[in-house]
Amino acid sequence: MAHDNLDILTGTLVDAEAALSLDELCRLCGADTAVIIELVEEGILPASGAAPQVWSFEGAALSRARRALRLHRDLQINLAGVALALDLMDELDMLRRRLRGI
Amino acid sequence: MNPLEFKDYYKIMGVARDASDAAIKQAYRKLARKYHPDVSKEKDAEARFKEVGEAYEVLKNPEKRAAYDQLGTGPRPGESFRPPPDWDAGFEFSGAGAGGADAAAYSEFFESLFGRQGRAARGGFAGGRGQDHHAKVMLDLDAALAGGTRSIVLRVPDIDASGHLEVKERTLNVQIPKGILAGQTIRLAGQGSKSAGGGAGDLYIEVEFQAHRLYHVEGRDLVLELPVAPWEAALGATVTTPTPGGPIELKVPAGSKAGTKLRVKGRGIPATPAGDLYVVLEIALPPAADARAKAAYEAFAAALPFDPRARLGG
Repeated sequence: MAHDNLDILTGTLVDAEAALSLDELCRLCGADTAVIIELVEEGILPASGAAPQVWSFEGAALSRARRALRLHRDLQINLAGVALALDLMDELDMLRRRLRGI
Repeated sequence: MNPLEFKDYYKIMGVARDASDAAIKQAYRKLARKYHPDVSKEKDAEARFKEVGEAYEVLKNPEKRAAYDQLGTGPRPGESFRPPPDWDAGFEFSGAGAGGADAAAYSEFFESLFGRQGRAARGGFAGGRGQDHHAKVMLDLDAALAGGTRSIVLRVPDIDASGHLEVKERTLNVQIPKGILAGQTIRLAGQGSKSAGGGAGDLYIEVEFQAHRLYHVEGRDLVLELPVAPWEAALGATVTTPTPGGPIELKVPAGSKAGTKLRVKGRGIPATPAGDLYVVLEIALPPAADARAKAAYEAFAAALPFDPRARLGG
């Protein structure tokens, strides 16, 4: 693994400037198109564009989608439940951030 | 074979050795929710979640559970353990053994009992591209503010030449793009698994920030709590304020209150578009520590007929 240790690796940001398409997001999550479409329909993932063929996703959608899929698989919650859990966790994060300041 | 640490799966799950399948399932669900790395704030959540998953993998399966029960209670936990040579005679394990999408790192104890069926195939298929890897790292906020190289240590499960699973540490020096935001992902081309055909998958690194001494992060914006003296808030003042780009002179308007939020445009995380810095005022009271300070407070009270509790209607 020596070749990994010395070089400085420069990556690319999976990012808004090259927004992700539905196909790319599916490949990166290892998920079926139908599942990602459901995530969008549940309001878990924001997508811009009128129809799935032209949807585009911000870079941050990748981590959110993977997190949603892990919860769905590991805890066997349906996607409506995942949406609720993520909303509540966002709210918790926000409250924790506020608390930290006091 | 090396000595192994015996795992008491019943203890890990917090159930009795004669617990029913339903009780085991219930215990698993509860622990999985408690320690799920995406949910839990516990320090060792990920390790606990894996341990619980491994215990459930054995106890939910009647064949594996029966075989495991044959071992008795083992030595005391933590002591070394060797499975008897023919410990699993008479048991036939159906299905693919260790499964699950992320079953990358069951313990050596588990592997010695139930093998690694279906595991070796995870390295990618011949001729194709190797598998992509995903990891999450905690970065200091300064990396996003200024850019720069950071050393990132990843723990990678790997199967060595003798077919043994071990977790290796892999250190990468990664150039952090200036302006990266929490939740964004860096793609490192070719740093995933190599496939037998030679093509390598990519490594995706998801970024989170450690707590910063001065700033809280809100997306691309930063929040700074700035203490001001009561007279600075009441009369207005120009005060020196740290920002990521260096200190600035900030104008505090007269009549400011605790919690007043001032926006410094473009001084947040230098993403595109750049975030803003929000300065939230905090009124700091000077202590009435000596006679002079006490006299000043008393003069203040005498000069200002002020009832801070007027709104309470007392």
